[in-house]
Amino acid sequence: MTTNDQIDHEGEVTRRNFLYIASGVVGTAGVVSAAWPLVDQLNPSADVLALSSVEVDMSTIPKGQTVTILWRGKPIFIRHRTAKEIARGISEDNDPMRDPAKDKDRAQKEEWLVMIGICTHLGCVPLDNTGFQTGEYGGWYCPCHGSQYDIAGRIRKGPAPRNLDLPPYTYLSDTTIKIG
Amino acid sequence: MASDKYVPTNKAVKWFEDRLPILGLIHSSVGAGYKAPRNLNYWWNFGSLAGFMLVVQIITGIVLVMHYTPNVDMAFRSVEHIMRDVNYGWLIRYAHANGAGFFFIVVYIHILRGMYFGSYKSPREVLWFLGLIIYLLMMATGFMGYVLPWGQMSFWGATVITNLFGAFDFYNGMGASILHLIWGGFSIDNPTLQRFFSLHYLLPFIIVGVVILHIWALHLPGSNNPLGIDAKGPGDKIPFHPYYTAKDAFGLSFFIVIFAAFIFYMPNILGEPDNYIKANRLVTPNHIVPEWYYLPFYTILKSIPDKLLGVIAMFASILIYFVLPWLDGSKIRSARFRPATAFFFWLFLADAIFLGYLGTKLPSATIIHIGGGVTALTLGRIGTFFYFAYFLIITPLVSRMETTRPVPTSIVQSVLDAKKEA
Amino acid sequence: MLKNIKKIMVMTMAVSAIITAGIFTANASEGSGYEIKKHDWPHAGPFGKFDRAALQRGLQVYKEVCSSCHSLKMVAFRDLTDLGYSKAEVKAFAAEYEFPDGVDENGDEKTRPGKPFDYFPSPFASEQEARDSNNGALPPDFSLLGKSREHLSLFMPWTSIYGEDYIVGILTTYHEEAPEGFVVPDGLYFNETFPGNKIAMPPPLSDDLVEYADGTKATTEQMAEDVATFMYWAAEPKLEARKEMGFKVIIFMTILTIMLYFVNKSVWKKVKKGEDLV
Repeated sequence: MTTNDQIDHEGEVTRRNFLYIASGVVGTAGVVSAAWPLVDQLNPSADVLALSSVEVDMSTIPKGQTVTILWRGKPIFIRHRTAKEIARGISEDNDPMRDPAKDKDRAQKEEWLVMIGICTHLGCVPLDNTGFQTGEYGGWYCPCHGSQYDIAGRIRKGPAPRNLDLPPYTYLSDTTIKIG
Repeated sequence: MASDKYVPTNKAVKWFEDRLPILGLIHSSVGAGYKAPRNLNYWWNFGSLAGFMLVVQIITGIVLVMHYTPNVDMAFRSVEHIMRDVNYGWLIRYAHANGAGFFFIVVYIHILRGMYFGSYKSPREVLWFLGLIIYLLMMATGFMGYVLPWGQMSFWGATVITNLFGAFDFYNGMGASILHLIWGGFSIDNPTLQRFFSLHYLLPFIIVGVVILHIWALHLPGSNNPLGIDAKGPGDKIPFHPYYTAKDAFGLSFFIVIFAAFIFYMPNILGEPDNYIKANRLVTPNHIVPEWYYLPFYTILKSIPDKLLGVIAMFASILIYFVLPWLDGSKIRSARFRPATAFFFWLFLADAIFLGYLGTKLPSATIIHIGGGVTALTLGRIGTFFYFAYFLIITPLVSRMETTRPVPTSIVQSVLDAKKEA
Repeated sequence: MLKNIKKIMVMTMAVSAIITAGIFTANASEGSGYEIKKHDWPHAGPFGKFDRAALQRGLQVYKEVCSSCHSLKMVAFRDLTDLGYSKAEVKAFAAEYEFPDGVDENGDEKTRPGKPFDYFPSPFASEQEARDSNNGALPPDFSLLGKSREHLSLFMPWTSIYGEDYIVGILTTYHEEAPEGFVVPDGLYFNETFPGNKIAMPPPLSDDLVEYADGTKATTEQMAEDVATFMYWAAEPKLEARKEMGFKVIIFMTILTIMLYFVNKSVWKKVKKGEDLV
């Protein structure tokens, strides 16, 4: 037969345990909240974020020229392609390649090729091979391990696994883009 | 010091414990295996608060260094970069700047507790020394840290204090050589800033090492208690966990409320507005004032007309604490049973605060408008005299001559007596 | 109990002595000798927020009046979204400024329009140039002026001088004629607020100097308050975020403290009464 004393004592223990657990939970929540700023401060600061996108006026780039600009510390190749180059890019759409891609998917407007100028193999900056007769693909050549990219930046020869990456960009006007 | 051994039930835990008994160490130092007197009051919370502040300063400091540049051309700007652009940078900076002040508040109360209750007396003399060494390291760390933002007070405070070392001029040119060694040049400039940065990062870890020795030296005799009598019998002590873990957690939580009030609502009130002006070696601020925790010693320094003697007096005012266990000749630890000692203790505290207040004034400033006007310098000299008199005259005499009150026979007895009265 | 009372009495006497001494010396030690008028700032206090309209007007005063001599080097155009401007408005604001952009084929210097990531440009190329244009005086940069001119007191808060009040004081307490017997050299002006009362800056504001975009009447006092608000924002842009977070933290920690109070009480119950001894 349980006495009132026993019931009270049990109730007291339950209340006490609840208090301890509740305090533990609230305390832990506090520690986690305090830890968040210490982690978030590692994220890019406001001044770095301000440079996270860049606007480029491409109207000054003549046909057949490539301009290299910096975006988030990385080189971006912007090439104003000639009609011949565009035609070549399209004609090679179905050629065997490691990372198949259609020329029209490589540039939002076929005249302007915008790519991240970092070899997808081990990160060197490829050299512009578009004007030279040497090199079979008329695009870019990476001197580090011999990767060769075509006039649409697709990997055609050598160890690189992917085509030159495309940055996120939008057209603000016919000749201005915002990258990032 | 008997402590119950930690015995793990889980097999995997036991396997690890047999090879590296970390959990056993925790159990026997801050867990249920460590015993502490049952009658500790809230003045005993301040040691754990000091440990907490050390951790806060190290963590916020390491994070700040990720964004700070220790070069005279970029330091000031990099601190503003933290305040404006780094995510939560303002919070981390204000926590670190106010944290230094709160670290000192907590340590001062901790020291005062030790003085009042006789915690420095045998067998805890080395514990007391280690504490003083931690305090000296804190002073050095705080001084160098304040230089890093490279504001006007950073530069000029560093100039004034480092110039003091030029007072050690025992052969012609010695003082200058010492200064050039400290500065790394002919004035405070980039070499000085960079070495202060390096040492400011280093010293806190040395403090951690001394804190470990401090806790080790404590755990051998165990904590003192408000009655100042040894905790001998089994009833005199209780396990540290859960009693003092719970009490420390409560005390810490309350302390954080106050700390947060400063960080979020008055983050600059303990600081100097002149430090929001970039250091300019051609313009001296009207009033060079160190951070508040140095003020009493600053007043003592300014009280002595001779430069070298002033520096010696300033260092002596801290080093004198090392001799306190021998200046105090009483057989009784706690000032609870030494009314004369207690009275002078409070006078000493009032004097220390008074010296701190005077440190904010120019020596020529008139404080009391009576007669020709009593200056801060005069009052500072009186305060300095009383400060040293407390250690060298009052304590030795009072401790050996005072009438003490009867001391309880044991801690348990005092608890039982209180129970009877209730 | 008696001991505690005695203790508290001695401490109270000591603290009162200090405060009394402080009161006697506080007013006398102020460099200017005049009282600085206090204003009610919307962004003051634990729940304060910046008056966005005032910030925008203050920006206008800075741009049209102060920026000819005073730089604002630590504020970037992108920060102006805090004032209530949209990203497009900030972009347009930035584009009104020109920044150096290297050299062209002929070796001539090129410029480009400002971008949001740019910082407010300095009116002078160097400190020397600034001094040469201002009779040897250096117009201070505005970025931290709000915080470097305040004097806050923890123990005597009624003596605190806020940076905004100081700035309004500087801008509105010029005297045409210096007081009787007070000599002001050529090139300096009498100002009640400035420590020493002789300031190198000529009175920069006069009624209707600026035509406010929102139609507010541009009295000297109004412009002074608006630019002081703007300058305090420039010095402490995170003020609102700080106070908002502070509210959450203090409430949370108070709740946790109350819970831990009861935890502590519960843990100590038996021992406190000495029940474990019997």
